[in-house]
Amino acid sequence: MRDAWQSMIETLETLGREVRFLIRLLILTPAAFLRFNLISAQIYNAGALSLVIIMLSGMFVGMVLGLQGYQLLRRFGSEEALGSAAAIGLVKELAPVMTALLFAGRAGTALASELGLMRATDQLTAMEMMAVDPVKRVVVPRFLGGVIAMPLLSAIFAAIGIYGAQLVGVQIMRVDSGSFWSQMRASVALSDINEGIVKSCIFGVACSLIAVYEGYHASPTAEGVGRATTRTVVTSAVVILFLDYLLTAAFL
Amino acid sequence: MRKTHTLNLGTGAFVLLGFAALFYLTTQTTSRGLSFSTPPHYEVIAKFDNIGDLKVGAPVSMAGVEIGRVVNIGFDTKEYKAVVTMSLNAQYNQIPTDSDASIYTQGLLGGKFIGLTAGGADTYLKDKDHIDFTQSAFVLENLIGQMLANFGKSKADSEPSPAPEAKPEKTK
Amino acid sequence: MNNIAPIVDIRDLNYAVGGRPIFNNLNMKFERGKVIAVMGPSGTGKTTLLRLITGQVTASSGFIEVAGENLMTLRRRGLYALRRRMGMLFQNGALLTDLSVFENVAFPLREHTDLPERLIRLLVLTKLEAVGLRGAAELAPAELSGGMGRRVALARAMVMDPDILIYDEPFAGLDPISLGVILRLIRRLNDALRITSIVVSHDVQEIATVADHVFLLSGGGVAASGTPQELRNNPSEVVKQFVGGLADGPVPFHYPAANYFEQLLARDRAD
Repeated sequence: MRDAWQSMIETLETLGREVRFLIRLLILTPAAFLRFNLISAQIYNAGALSLVIIMLSGMFVGMVLGLQGYQLLRRFGSEEALGSAAAIGLVKELAPVMTALLFAGRAGTALASELGLMRATDQLTAMEMMAVDPVKRVVVPRFLGGVIAMPLLSAIFAAIGIYGAQLVGVQIMRVDSGSFWSQMRASVALSDINEGIVKSCIFGVACSLIAVYEGYHASPTAEGVGRATTRTVVTSAVVILFLDYLLTAAFL
Repeated sequence: MRKTHTLNLGTGAFVLLGFAALFYLTTQTTSRGLSFSTPPHYEVIAKFDNIGDLKVGAPVSMAGVEIGRVVNIGFDTKEYKAVVTMSLNAQYNQIPTDSDASIYTQGLLGGKFIGLTAGGADTYLKDKDHIDFTQSAFVLENLIGQMLANFGKSKADSEPSPAPEAKPEKTK
Repeated sequence: MNNIAPIVDIRDLNYAVGGRPIFNNLNMKFERGKVIAVMGPSGTGKTTLLRLITGQVTASSGFIEVAGENLMTLRRRGLYALRRRMGMLFQNGALLTDLSVFENVAFPLREHTDLPERLIRLLVLTKLEAVGLRGAAELAPAELSGGMGRRVALARAMVMDPDILIYDEPFAGLDPISLGVILRLIRRLNDALRITSIVVSHDVQEIATVADHVFLLSGGGVAASGTPQELRNNPSEVVKQFVGGLADGPVPFHYPAANYFEQLLARDRAD
C-alpha cells in the first residue's frame, strides 16, 4: 500500500520535472534557431533516418487497412466506402499514433541513448566546465529536430498508407477505383487532415521531450543508459495513447 | 566535408518528401482538389420557422448538386424566425428569384442541408437577395406528437358519443 | 609562505549529501603558480572537492573563494565567466564523440569567441603540438588510445589559456609511458604558462615527483598538508598507511561483519 502511494508521488514529481524541463527547452528554442545547422543535423537524425521504417510500416498498415476494411464493409454492402474509411482512419488516427510509437522506438531510443552516453562519459559535464550550456548546445537541437520531423513523418505514413490501401482495395480486391477515390474526396475534409497534423505535432513534442529528458537525466552508468532507453519507449507509448484519447475527444 | 554534404542532402530530401506527402493528402484525398483560392461567391438570405439542427457549413444544393454553403445562422427578433445566410458559388447565378429553399436531411439520420428548387421567374438572385419561399425542417418530435394526437383523436371518435358525428378530422 | 592571496581559499567548509557529511570544517589554501596534489583513500570526497571548486555543487555552509570570486554568492552567469578561466581534464578525457580531435580542441574557441578561422587553426595546432598530438588532428576520438585521448583533452582544457588547470585522476588506467608523458606535461605546462595546477590522484609515488604541495584528505577533513617530503616523514597513522600503501590501518581491511567464528559455526544462515 505504502509503495503504491510512493510510486504515485514519484510519478507526479517526475511529471513536474519533465514539464519544467519542457519549459526550459521552449524558452531556449528561439535562440536555437540562430544555429540552425545544429537543428538540421538533428532533423536528419530523427527524420531522414526513420524514413525506412515509417514508409515500410505505412505501406503495410495501409494494406492491412485495405484488407480488413474491405472484409468489414462487404458485410454491409458498402465496399465503395473503402477509400473514405482508409483515408479517414489513417489521417486522423493511425498515422499520428503509429508514427509516434515507431518514432519513440527508433528515434526516441537513439536520442535517449546518445544523451545518456554523453552523460555517462562526462561529455555533458565537460561542456558545463567549458562554460557551454549543454542544454542549449546539445539538448534543444535534438528536441526541435524531433518536433519538426514528426508531423512530416506522419504525413508520409498517411500518404503511403492510402497508397497501400488503394493497392489492396482496387488492384487486388477489385473495388471500383472511381468510387474509391470519389467517396474519399467527398468525405475527407481539410479539417480531418488538420486534426491529424495537430495530433502528430503534439505527439512530436511529447515523444521528443521524453526522449531527451530520459537521456539527459540518465544515471551515468551503462545500465543507467539502458534503463533510460527502456523508460523512453514505455513512457512515450503510454503518453501517446493517453494524449490520443484526450485529443480525439477534444476534437469531437 | 563529405559528411556534411550527405547530411544536408538527406535532411533536405526528407523535408521535401514530408511536404510532398502533406500536399498529396490535402489535394488528392479531399474535395478541395488543386484549387487554392476560394471561388467568387455571392450571398443570399432566407428565413425559416424552424431550421432543426441545421449547422453553419452545411451544404446548399440544387438538383442534388452542391452550389454553396451555409455561412451564418441568426435570429429575427421581430418575426421570430431563423435567418440563414447562404454563400453560393458565383458560377451558379441563374437561380430564379421565386425559387424555394427547403431544409432536408442527409440520408436517413444525417445532418441537415438546404435544397433549392427552381421557380419560374425571369429575374435571377443576386448578392444580398432574399429567398421568400421557405420550408422548415422536418422535426421528428413534432411528427410523433401529431401521430399521437391523431391516434388519440381517432380513438375518441370511434367511441359512441352523443353527437352522431363520426368523421375524424385530419389535421396536418 | 608568501602573502599573495591563494588562488583557492576554503574556510570552514561544510558539505553533506543526503544527510551524510562529506566535509566538516574544511580548511585549504591553494597557492598560485604551484602544482598541488589532492590525495586520499577512496570515498573521501576528492572529486567532490573538485565539484565544489568548479561550482558544480554548492557547500552547505562556509567560505570558498576561487580566483577572487566568492562561490557562495556567484550566480550562473558569473559561474560561467569563472569557468572560462579554468580548464578541467576529466578522468576519461570526455571528448565529444561526434567531433574530430581538431574540432574538440577548437570547441571552446568556437563557442566563446568570434575568432577568425585562421586564428582558431593556429591556436588549436599550437596546443596540440604542446601535447605532442598535432599529427592526430583529423582523427576521431574513438580512434585514440586512452593516453592519447587524455592528452587531447588536456589540449582542449588549455586552449582558452586558463588560470587554473584541474586534473581529475589523470593517471587512472594508463601504461607507464603514457603516465610519464602526462606527468611531464603537468609540470612543464604549469611552469611555462605560469598557471596553478590542481591534481586529484592517488598515485602517491608518481605525483610526488612533480607536486609542490600535497593535501591528504581523510575523514571529512585534511589529514596532512605539506611538501611530498614532509608527507613521507609524517608520523600520523593515517598518512603512513596511505603513503606506504599498507593494507590495514586506520582504513580497515575488513568490512564490518559479525564474529567470524560464530558465523562459520552457525546452524542456519539466520544472521
